[in-house]
Amino acid sequence: MAAQTLFDKIWESHVVRAEPDGTTLLYIDRQLVHEVTSPQAFEGLKLSGRQPRRPSATLAVPDHNVPTTDRALGIADPLSAKQIQTLEENCRDFGITLFGMNDIRQGVVHVIGPEQGFTLPGTTIVCGDSHTSTHGAFGALAFGIGTSEVEHVLATQCLVQKRPKTMEVRVDGVLPALCSAKDVILAIIGKIGTAGGTGYVMEYTGSAIRALSMEGRMTLCNMSIEGGARAGMVAPDEQTLAYIKGRPLAPKGQLFEQAMHAWQQLKTDADASYDMTVTMRAEDIAPQVSWGTSPGMVTGIDQRVPDPRTITNENQRQATERALEYMGLIPNMPMTDIKIDKVFIGSCTNSRIEDLRLAANLAKGKHVAKTVHAMVVPGSGLVKQQAEQEGLDRLFKEAGFEWREAGCSMCLAMNADVLRPGERCASTSNRNFEGRQGAGGRTHLVSPAMAVAAAVEGHFVDIRTWI
Amino acid sequence: MQAFTAITGLVAPLDRVNVDTDQIIPKQFLKTIKRTGLREGLFYDWRKQKDGSQDPSFFLNQPRFQDATILLTRDNFGCGSSREHAPWALLDQGFRCVIAPSFADIFYNNCFQNGILPVALKADEVLSMMNDVMATPGYRLTVDLANQTVTTPDNSLFHFEVDPFRKDCLYRGLDAIGLTLQHEAAIATYEARRKAEAPWLFTDLCRNPGAVS
Repeated sequence: MAAQTLFDKIWESHVVRAEPDGTTLLYIDRQLVHEVTSPQAFEGLKLSGRQPRRPSATLAVPDHNVPTTDRALGIADPLSAKQIQTLEENCRDFGITLFGMNDIRQGVVHVIGPEQGFTLPGTTIVCGDSHTSTHGAFGALAFGIGTSEVEHVLATQCLVQKRPKTMEVRVDGVLPALCSAKDVILAIIGKIGTAGGTGYVMEYTGSAIRALSMEGRMTLCNMSIEGGARAGMVAPDEQTLAYIKGRPLAPKGQLFEQAMHAWQQLKTDADASYDMTVTMRAEDIAPQVSWGTSPGMVTGIDQRVPDPRTITNENQRQATERALEYMGLIPNMPMTDIKIDKVFIGSCTNSRIEDLRLAANLAKGKHVAKTVHAMVVPGSGLVKQQAEQEGLDRLFKEAGFEWREAGCSMCLAMNADVLRPGERCASTSNRNFEGRQGAGGRTHLVSPAMAVAAAVEGHFVDIRTWI
Repeated sequence: MQAFTAITGLVAPLDRVNVDTDQIIPKQFLKTIKRTGLREGLFYDWRKQKDGSQDPSFFLNQPRFQDATILLTRDNFGCGSSREHAPWALLDQGFRCVIAPSFADIFYNNCFQNGILPVALKADEVLSMMNDVMATPGYRLTVDLANQTVTTPDNSLFHFEVDPFRKDCLYRGLDAIGLTLQHEAAIATYEARRKAEAPWLFTDLCRNPGAVS
């Protein structure tokens, strides 16, 4: 058999049928469902009289609209409440497992999938959410889809797909102290651009990737879509298997042994080739801060805000001018001079226990600047519980951070957690689009460590020299 | 789904690169449980000035583009969030076709699910049309899916590529789920084979996640 990439192996094992022109009916092992992109899909099923093919292959959770304050008070916004109630009704009507708003297992859909052992190597996983790429950290082919395709998968457990191209993103070497997976992925997007990965599935390889924890790999794969790639993946290894073993929805006993044997084969063959390869040295990656309104508009903390006058490409110059105007930044100002009003630590990118441990320990004994409002939103009820058992909530609260309930929160501000016009936020989330965190709000994407340092100092600082 | 064969329509210009779906339709309009009525959210923030009033320079606020059915825009249109509300809002406003040098993958897919044809032309072709549409009131294009062509008012003809399967589905307005269900036997055969070789993928997540149901 010809040498295959990790992607090739997963793709081949999910082909139900293929047309001569390459149009493929691809089997989908698992689907995650949330309240925002599913109501119209369930409505479609009802209107056409169709039933889900395998309800037990689907897991649902409300996350985008849930309040991060006291849940006992209910949801103030009637539209948000209606959307969550609709999800509950649809799951009941169609026999789909739901982790409701008051279930300790509730959380951001891309946090709870791995946490529950729903996410497994070698599987195809979809969700009506572009950050489904997160699950690729386990060596799964996981990608975001629209609502019509959510309905398609519910009804048929399949999707019609054309085979994407493969891109190897290779990062070798050792990351500088306190530089994290977030800095790696921001640096990659800064290098290839927000459309650099369009049409590709990325596989992250190299010694710096291998050295990342599972949480770090999730952060990395999560933002593949910000580089244009629908999916990103890391081959499973011993660490992956250790993470999965014993999780509630993972296979048990003999079945786990059998699965483990198959998962150990899931890696790119030595002589396989990719359609494209991008390489970086880990040592070259400084802590990253985005300055613009697209995740590719990013630079190292030791750099300056770009000057549009030095950009020769007209498209790029116009986009930069527009972004700087929106962001209220002056060309050539040092990144460390940017003052902030808000700090958000959370989102499907950076709200897992490892992120919170690091952030809490950096915040320990310090205090959020008087001019800054900072909040921490754990990725799930279980992450919150564990953090509290470890006393992380106390460290955060003593340092002046608000400690909230789990949800998407200010990553996209569909709930009550919103920036006001002109407010500037250091955010561990994934998108700095105009208005993403609230109309007129200004978002700077950073790692959890950089967010803590900015919260304490009131402006961005180089975490490498801060401690 | 409404079929798309050919249209001749008024063109509206959106001269920006990397337009993300958060701009096409902001989050507050995603709380709906319906597919319709989303036009009021289309480019909601860009339609307004800082004081909250309508921005007369934005194309959607100009009477000459009110009846546009073709949106002409720039590279990487529809990047970011997978929200299908983006094509729903465009459709609700009356757009049946989007022309750009390139599109983000998920948005591109979502268009075909909703009777919208996304057309990728070369950057210089789009640029030239962009200049013409600004300069020419009533500028119209003809987009023909069968022949995969875009024709300008001066009869310049541009060819575009489209996947044959998607083209067929859009041209005939086919129900994609219905098409897949015609392969029910193949799906069942696949499942039986897969269950034998990877039984851990067929555990019942509702009742007994650790064992095969």
